Order: sequence, then C-alpha cells, then structure tokens
Amino acid sequence: MHFTYNVEGGNFTRAGYASSEIKKILKQLNVDLAIIKRTVVASYEAEVNIVAHAYSGTIFVDITPETILIKFVDEGPGIPDIAMAMKEGFSTATSKVREMGFGAGMGLPNIRKNVDNMNITSEVGKGTVLELTMYLQ
Amino acid sequence: MKVSDVVEKLGLKVLSGAKGLDLEVTGCYVSDLLSDVMGKADAGQIWITLQTHRNVMAIASLKDLAAVILVSDLLPEDDTAKQSEEENIPVLGTHLPTFEIAGKLYALLTK
Repeated sequence: MHFTYNVEGGNFTRAGYASSEIKKILKQLNVDLAIIKRTVVASYEAEVNIVAHAYSGTIFVDITPETILIKFVDEGPGIPDIAMAMKEGFSTATSKVREMGFGAGMGLPNIRKNVDNMNITSEVGKGTVLELTMYLQ
Repeated sequence: MKVSDVVEKLGLKVLSGAKGLDLEVTGCYVSDLLSDVMGKADAGQIWITLQTHRNVMAIASLKDLAAVILVSDLLPEDDTAKQSEEENIPVLGTHLPTFEIAGKLYALLTK
C-alpha cells in the first residue's frame, strides 16, 4: 500500500495533516495501537521539521504486512552536521518558530526514540532525506 | 472522570469543542513545548498550555488527548477553535495561571 503527501515549507496551519492521514490509515488497517502511537510521534516531528526548516517536501508511505516505511524527502537548506542535529536541545529554528513552542531541539531525538530504524542523509543547499521504519511483526 | 466533570468542578469555560465533553480523563500533562507534549503526553490526558495556535489541536488530535486548558484567560485562535469543533476535543479556559490550575487539577484527579 502506497501513499504520498506534499508538505509546504513555512505553512504551520497545515502541519500535522499528513501525520493525521497516516494515523487514520494505520487505524483502518488495525495496526497495533502502541505502534500507531510511536509512528504518529515520529511522523509528526518529521513533518514539522519540513515545515519549519525546508522549502517543500514529500512524504512517501509504504505499508506492507511486515513494515511501515515512511520517507521524508525535502528541498531545503540541508543539515550541515547531522550528529549535532541529533543532540537533544540543539536547534536552528527561528525565534518565530520557537515562540510557537517548536524548535526546542527535541524533534529528531523524539523520532529516534519512537522508530525501529532511522536513516538520515542530507546535502547542504539541496535538502534532507529521512527514512523511518517500523516493524509490524 | 469526564471532561465535563473537570469543567464543573474547576469552573472552567468551554471555549470550543463542547461535543467532546464526555471524553474520559486519564490524567494531565503541562507543557508549552509542542515536541515535549508530542513525546510524553498520553491518550486521555488534559493538556494545560498557553499556546493558542492551531498546532495545539493537531497534537491534541494525534495524541488522542481529552481536552486542552488555556491558562490566564487566553483564547484559542479562530482556526484552533474550528479544529477543536471538528475533532470534538474541547478547548477550555481559565483565568488562573498554569501553576494554580495545574495544582487544582492535580488535587481533583488524585482525590
């Protein structure tokens, strides 16, 4: 099963829409509730990262009986130092984004804690690709 | 305890999402950092915050929270109230600041 969602950079009014759709699909498929909860946390954080940092992005969701694979591909500034970005509390978010309660440097750590596998690659000036895997069996 | 019981006992205002007043309350989480709530709040909890924008409702919905309490007479933005109505998750209001309303809710839920 395959789904694709577009995410607009900077548009916080739509942030969470794709994650909400993913949650609905997983519920319809009767995926274990604990797995849905973890997937939703990771998916929302990754979606907000695109909104907060990138110009645009696409979310590709692939669900098989064995795995949920979600790939977040964005066009944006990229991440110069991924190890630093993974640290709790480190953020490059703007003050406007922080005032909204985002940008506390908790997004990527939240993602790592909730997924079974996470792979992130980034090219400065081009964008970032984040792949998340949840095992269903 | 239902959200409506909390509203009545703590004298809260129902600002939007009244259809969700029958939701069962399992606890409370207090934070103004959205990722903190995303990572640590759990289904059925009431979220106390000063954030009023729409992303609050996105999180409340994704986390299956029972209600949101806005402190210090803050009001939800229009699209926040609209999403609260659509999702049937109440946004409640109080004149009290965070510390005081959290204390009262803690006392009520741990009675």
